Amino acid sequence: MTAIDQNNAAPQMRLGLARRGYSGVIHHLDVDEVNSSLPALELESRLLELGFVEGARVEVLHEGIVGRDPIAIRIENVTVAVRRREAMAVVVV
Amino acid sequence: MHLALVGTPNSGKTSLFNALTGSRQKVANYPGVTVERKEGFFVTPLGRQASLVDLPGTYSLRGRSPDEEITRDFVLGRAAGESAPDLVLCVADSTNLRLTIRLLLELKQTGRPLMLVLNMFDIATRRGVTVDAPRMSEMLGVPVVTSIAVRKSGTAELLRKTDEIATQTQAPPQPNLWQPLSVTELRATQREADRIIAATVSLPARPDTWTARIDAVVLHPVAGLAILALVLFVMFQAVFAWAQPLMELLSNSFTALGQFVHETLPAGLLQSFLQNGVISGVGSVIVFLPQIIIIFLFILLLEDFGYMARAAFLMDRIMGGAGLHGRAFIPLLSSFACAIPGIMATRVIDNRRDRLTTILIAPLMTCSARIPVYTLIISAFIPDQPVWGWVNLRGLVMFGLYAAGIGSALGVSFLIKFFMLRDYAPAPFMLELPDYKLPRFKSIAIGIYTRAKMFLQRAGTTIFSMMVLIWFLASFPRPPAGATDPDINYSLAAIIGHALAPVFAPLGFNWQIVVALIPGMAAREVAVAALGTVYAIEGGKEAADQIGQVLATKWSLATALSLLAWYIFAPQCASTLAVIRRETGSTKWMAITFAYMFALAYAASLVTYNVAVALGAG
Repeated sequence: MTAIDQNNAAPQMRLGLARRGYSGVIHHLDVDEVNSSLPALELESRLLELGFVEGARVEVLHEGIVGRDPIAIRIENVTVAVRRREAMAVVVV
Repeated sequence: MHLALVGTPNSGKTSLFNALTGSRQKVANYPGVTVERKEGFFVTPLGRQASLVDLPGTYSLRGRSPDEEITRDFVLGRAAGESAPDLVLCVADSTNLRLTIRLLLELKQTGRPLMLVLNMFDIATRRGVTVDAPRMSEMLGVPVVTSIAVRKSGTAELLRKTDEIATQTQAPPQPNLWQPLSVTELRATQREADRIIAATVSLPARPDTWTARIDAVVLHPVAGLAILALVLFVMFQAVFAWAQPLMELLSNSFTALGQFVHETLPAGLLQSFLQNGVISGVGSVIVFLPQIIIIFLFILLLEDFGYMARAAFLMDRIMGGAGLHGRAFIPLLSSFACAIPGIMATRVIDNRRDRLTTILIAPLMTCSARIPVYTLIISAFIPDQPVWGWVNLRGLVMFGLYAAGIGSALGVSFLIKFFMLRDYAPAPFMLELPDYKLPRFKSIAIGIYTRAKMFLQRAGTTIFSMMVLIWFLASFPRPPAGATDPDINYSLAAIIGHALAPVFAPLGFNWQIVVALIPGMAAREVAVAALGTVYAIEGGKEAADQIGQVLATKWSLATALSLLAWYIFAPQCASTLAVIRRETGSTKWMAITFAYMFALAYAASLVTYNVAVALGAG
């Protein structure tokens, strides 16, 4: 896993906090602090299998009704729905 | 020659499977698991016989669910009773290659002969996606063909290439180097896939505008829910209204057939067995065939169109509160018509435990077979009067019964989540929202055909044997000569009814009710006719009004309310139990369903009866 680059100029944020219309690029995955039901390694594997790889472009297309959750995310040219809880593992710039 | 189809969900795998094999399909289960095994057959242009297995969709070979384990084991030749495929067809949606190319790179490690099929190539071309297939083939090191599954001759190249591979001098078998990928390797393969795509695929400047436009409305917080409600309303309407004439036709045909047997054969055991056991028993199940076909028509249309994933997206948090997965929504909804198609529809839920929870609570949804019983009791005991000026009391009671069903289903789901599967955290909702596609008639037709066939096969085997058993209980021993009461009163069913009567006495049930509940095991609404039989009323179902009048004089209001409460929960449907056994692959879950519903029914009736008696309705 890539270490968080503290000197990076662009502000980093977690995709789980992004609002509809946000677009950015995946900086890295940080699964350790995430409160998911999945073990950290499993969550990371699943996110990778859905294409959440460093450098991929992401855009938040839609938000759910209750608590703006889950969210629909466009990754490159695939649309994926995830809950915000799991999206917290994706750090974007 | 044995072929296997592998691909990510939504890659168009099933439509390619249908295009290649048509209706020459065999659906079964893999031994020991509830994963559906779909195999089809076709002949290549050079006359080679080929069998093709459609493996469950997956994003990797890690095998994180029973379905995905099957895919992995099958490809590796480890699946019990299966030989390794001679050729693995990896199917990709040409408009969306990213995840499939990564999967293909992983599949290459297994050493199996491999071919990449760029499916839906017509849609890709229309959207301005161009793929340099020869270059891609060179970079990947596997043959690449394009295909248009939905068009005639759209699979010609695929078939030709299959022949070519089959006639080639057998290359020495490649060793299997596959191991579960670490996250580092997953990243590496995805980067490699992205590199190959960048070199061989040119994407149009703008994505599919239709999908974006439809989603802007369909996933809108307000409009989206309104559309979902409308879709559901039309579906309900179709299931209840459109199916009605067909169901009546079937029902009348079976009655006529029974009548024909009644008139043709001499009175006696054979006549009774054929008319009451076989024809009316199996008939009472086959009557649901139109509803099942209509529900699957809707489900398959919505699934193929791409709406199902959206419905799950909209409902995920709302259902999540009760511990249910977003995908459980449609199966539970279908259960309002009949739990059988509802339970069959739980196959859209990938996660086994989520699926199991849904199966367990599906029979609590008020199915259409309860309606005759509810109607009979309500019209006999509940006065037809307005409450609060504008609500009809009978309608209110009916609504209350439906609400009690839904409420208890959510409660049970919550309890399962809380106690039984406590160690288990619900699967996270991670779901691809595929681009919208026009459903294809052929694919839908094949889907409905296979479902209907499965249902009929079951009606012909499991359900049939249940019906015979119930007929036997209600018919033996024969009444003594000169008997005056109805035959059923001398039967095993009556003996069981009398024996069980003390158990049910606290609920306010007399022995006649208990006896009627036994043939009611066949199908809930049969209890209405059975009550008529026990109270020696001629005319069966047609005489429902008459039965109601008799009941009103024989039962107290408390007993009637208690029976209503019983019917909200009662596990009284042999067919549903048989389907649960089949879909979960175990008798254990069938027994659990029966036990918990019985316990709920008993408790609900006990409380209802005693409260009603205390309030002076005894």
